[in-house]
Amino acid sequence: MFQTIALRGLQSLAVMVTVALIAFSLFRYVGDPINNLVGQDTTAEERAALVEELGLNDPFVVQFGRFVLNAAQGEFGVSYRHRRPVEDLIAERLPATLELSLVAAVLALLLSIPAGVFTALRPKSLISRILMSTSLIGVSLPTFLIGILLILVFSVNLQWLPSFGRGEVVDLGGWTTGFLTAGGLKALVLPAITLALFQLTLIMRLVRSEMIEVLQTDFIKFARARGLPDSKVYFIHALKNTLVPVITITGLQLGSIIAFAIITETVFQWPGMGLLFIQAVVEVDIPVMAAYLVLIAFFFVIINLIVDLLYLVVDPRIRYRG
Amino acid sequence: MTRAMFTLAAAAAISLGLGTSATKAEERVFKWAFQGDAQSLDPQGLFETFTVGFLSNVYEGLVLYDKDLQIVPALATDWEAIDETTWRFNLRRGVTFHNGNPFTADDVIFTWQRALTKGSQMKPTASKISSIEKINDYQIEISTPGPLPTIARELAFLLVMDKEWSEANNTTEATDVKGGDEGNYANLHANGTGPFRVVERQADVRTVFERFDDYWGEIAGNVTTGIFTPVGENATRVAALISGELDLVYPVPVQDWPRLETSSGVKPLSGAEARTIFLGMDQSREELLGSNVKGKNPLKDRRVRLAFAHGINIDAINKKIMRSAAQPTGLMIAPQINGYDASLDRRWAYDPEKARALLAEAGYADGFSLKMDCPNDRYVNDEKICQAVVGMLAKIGVEVDLLAQTKSKFFGKILWSNDYDTSFYLLGWTPTSIDVHNAISNLIVCRGEGAGLFNVGGYCNAEVDRLAGVIAEEIDPTKRGAAIKEAMRIHYDEVGHIPLHNQPLSWGVRDGLGVAQRADNVLDLRNVTVR
Repeated sequence: MFQTIALRGLQSLAVMVTVALIAFSLFRYVGDPINNLVGQDTTAEERAALVEELGLNDPFVVQFGRFVLNAAQGEFGVSYRHRRPVEDLIAERLPATLELSLVAAVLALLLSIPAGVFTALRPKSLISRILMSTSLIGVSLPTFLIGILLILVFSVNLQWLPSFGRGEVVDLGGWTTGFLTAGGLKALVLPAITLALFQLTLIMRLVRSEMIEVLQTDFIKFARARGLPDSKVYFIHALKNTLVPVITITGLQLGSIIAFAIITETVFQWPGMGLLFIQAVVEVDIPVMAAYLVLIAFFFVIINLIVDLLYLVVDPRIRYRG
Repeated sequence: MTRAMFTLAAAAAISLGLGTSATKAEERVFKWAFQGDAQSLDPQGLFETFTVGFLSNVYEGLVLYDKDLQIVPALATDWEAIDETTWRFNLRRGVTFHNGNPFTADDVIFTWQRALTKGSQMKPTASKISSIEKINDYQIEISTPGPLPTIARELAFLLVMDKEWSEANNTTEATDVKGGDEGNYANLHANGTGPFRVVERQADVRTVFERFDDYWGEIAGNVTTGIFTPVGENATRVAALISGELDLVYPVPVQDWPRLETSSGVKPLSGAEARTIFLGMDQSREELLGSNVKGKNPLKDRRVRLAFAHGINIDAINKKIMRSAAQPTGLMIAPQINGYDASLDRRWAYDPEKARALLAEAGYADGFSLKMDCPNDRYVNDEKICQAVVGMLAKIGVEVDLLAQTKSKFFGKILWSNDYDTSFYLLGWTPTSIDVHNAISNLIVCRGEGAGLFNVGGYCNAEVDRLAGVIAEEIDPTKRGAAIKEAMRIHYDEVGHIPLHNQPLSWGVRDGLGVAQRADNVLDLRNVTVR
C-alpha cells in the first residue's frame, strides 16, 4: 500500500509538471499583459522595460524553468494585477471555493444516491418519471444559464436570496467562512445549487443504471431466495456493488466541482479561485493563471489517489489482487 | 382640555424636532458596482480612468474635475504663470489627511518625487515637471521643461499623498508591478485628503468608504457610507440592481435598457462619454498585410480613405447598434475635451455612389480585400460596430476580413510591441488630461521618439507635427486655438482617421437617486444623493 502511494506520488508530480508545461506553452496565445499594466500615456521605452523586467522576452524554456524552480520552493511569483504574491491571493480565495464546492458536493451526494436507488427500484412510479425528466434539464442546460435563471427567479422576482457575493463572512484566523452568519448561508444557496445540479443528476443517473444492472445478477436472486429482507438486499448488497463506478465518478466530479466552479463563481461574483482565474485570464495575469492550473492539477491528482484507496476499501477483489 | 392639547402639541413638536435631528445624523448608505475593481489603492499604481477616478474619492490633486469635467481648485486655491516655464501655486490651508496630519507643500513635493520612482505609472505626468520649489508651507513654484499651458489639468490626477504617513509605513516608492515590494503599504491602504476615507478593502470583493468628517470643502451629496462591489458578469450586475441589492451599476449593456425601463424602481441613465471611437487605416506600409493588392498600399491613397469615409453610414450604426445614444462625430475629440471646436466637427456624408466613384478613380473599380482588427470587450458594442462597417464596405466593393478578439489579444496584436500589425482597426480614446493635445500627440503626430505611440495607422504630416508643438507650448489661448484648428483641418482633409462617434455612458440607477454622470465615466461619491 505504501508502495502504491509512493508510486502515485511520483506520477502525480509528473502530471503537475506536464500541466505546467502545457499551460506555459499556451500563455503566449492569451494576449499581451503590458497594455493592462500601464496607463495610456506611458512611453514606449517604459513599456519595453516592463516587458524585459517581467521576463516576457525570455525564451519559453527559460520562463518555464524559472517557474518550476520557484514553484518547487513554494513561490509562484507576484500577480501583475494585484501586485501581491500569488500564494497569498490563492490562500485568500481558497476558502470561498472550497466551502462552495463542499456544500455542492454534499448536496449532490445526499440527494442523488437515494434518488438513484429509488428510480431504479420503482422505475414506473410518477416520482421516478418526474425525477428522470427533470434530471435531463440538469445534464443538458449549461451551468451559466441555470445560474442566471435562479437569479432571475429567486433574487429578482421573489427577492429571497442575494444575486451575488458571499454575504457576511467571519474570519477564523485566515480562513473566511460564510457558514456562521445568516447572510453567508443565504448567499451560499443559489451558487451551491447551480454548481451541484449537474453532478446531482449525473450521479443519480449513474446509480440508477448500475443498480438496475446489479439487481439482475445472480447473487441478488440468491439473497432474495435466502429470505433476506428487501431493505438489506437493496441497500447493503446491491448498493455496495454499484459503488465502484459511483466512487470513481464522484471523485472525479469532486475535482471538476472545484475546477468548474469557475463558471458558477463568475455568474454569482463568488470571490473564489475560479473568479480569480477568470479575471487573471482577462487581464493576462500569467503568474496567477499558472499557479491556479497547477493547483487544480494537484487537486485532481490527490482526489484520484483517494479514489484509488477507496476502491481497496469497497471492493475486496482489488484488495487481494493488489 | 386646552392644556392637554398644548402638551400634546408640545410633545409632537419635540418628537418632530428629535425626528429631524435624528434624520440628519442618519446613515445614508450607497451601494454600487462596476464591472471591475481598482487595480490598486496606490494612487501611482495605474493611470487608468477607473482606478484614478475611484481613488479620487479618497485622494485629491491640486485641482479636481467637477461634475461637468471642468477644472476647479482643490488642494491649490489658485495659480499663476511667473514666466514661460514657472508656475506659482498657492496651497489650501487647513486641510488635513484622514489620519489627522496637516497638508503642506512638503506633501506635494513628496508626491511628485514618489511619482518618479521605479514602479510608478504616473511618470508620464510627473516628468512634465522639472522641479518643485517650496516657497513656504502653502506656496510652491513648479518648473516645467518647456512651456506647458495645460499644467493645472495635468495635475488633476497626481493625487497627493501624506509624506509623514508614507515614510512611517515605508511606502515612499510606488507599488511595483514587477513585484519586489509585495508588502507595499499604499497598495492596500489609503490616506488622502478627499471627502471619503477607505475603511475596508478587499480587492475584487468589497471596498467600504466612509464620509470624512473633517473634509475641507462642501460635499454636495449626502452619502455617509459607500459600499463598492465589483460584479463582472453583465447579467448579474443588472439583476442585482433590479432586485434592489444595489443602488447604481455600470456599465449596463445598451441592449438591457428596455429591461431597466420596464422594471419598477430602476431606470437606465445615459449620457455622452468623452470617449471618441474611430477607425484607423495603415498609411505607412508599402504593402498592406493580408490584402489582395500586392506591391502597393491602397490606403496610402487619400481617395481610398475618403471612399471608406463616404461608405460608412455612421447614423445607421448609431440607430441600429447604439440605440441612438451615441454622438456621431467628425472629430477625434469629444465636446467635453479642452480644445474642442464645434465648427471643426464636420462629418463626411454617407454616399456609397461617391465612394465607389472614388475607388474607381483610384484604380480599384473592382474593389479589393483587406483585414480588420477589432476588440470585442473594450468599447460599447465594439464588435457589432466592426461587423456593421464590414457590411457597409462590402457594398462599395471592399471585402473586409474581420478579426474581433478580447482586448488583451487585440492590443497585443495592433500596438507598437507587435510592430503595429494591422491594416484597418477600431480604437477609442479619452485624453487623460481632458485636453486635445493628449489626443493629437498620441494618435495623430508622426510615430517617433516618444510620440504617436497610438498612431497605429502611421498617419504622418510634417505640418501637423509642427502645429502639435505649438499646441503643446502656446500659452496664448487664441494662438493655441488657431493651431488646433489648422491641425484638425489638415487631418480631416487627409482623412487621417475616420471618427465614428462619442460612445454613450450607460449606467443603471435606482429611482430617486441623485447622481452626476461624469463624461469620463467616473463616479464621484460627493455628487451622490440617496433618498
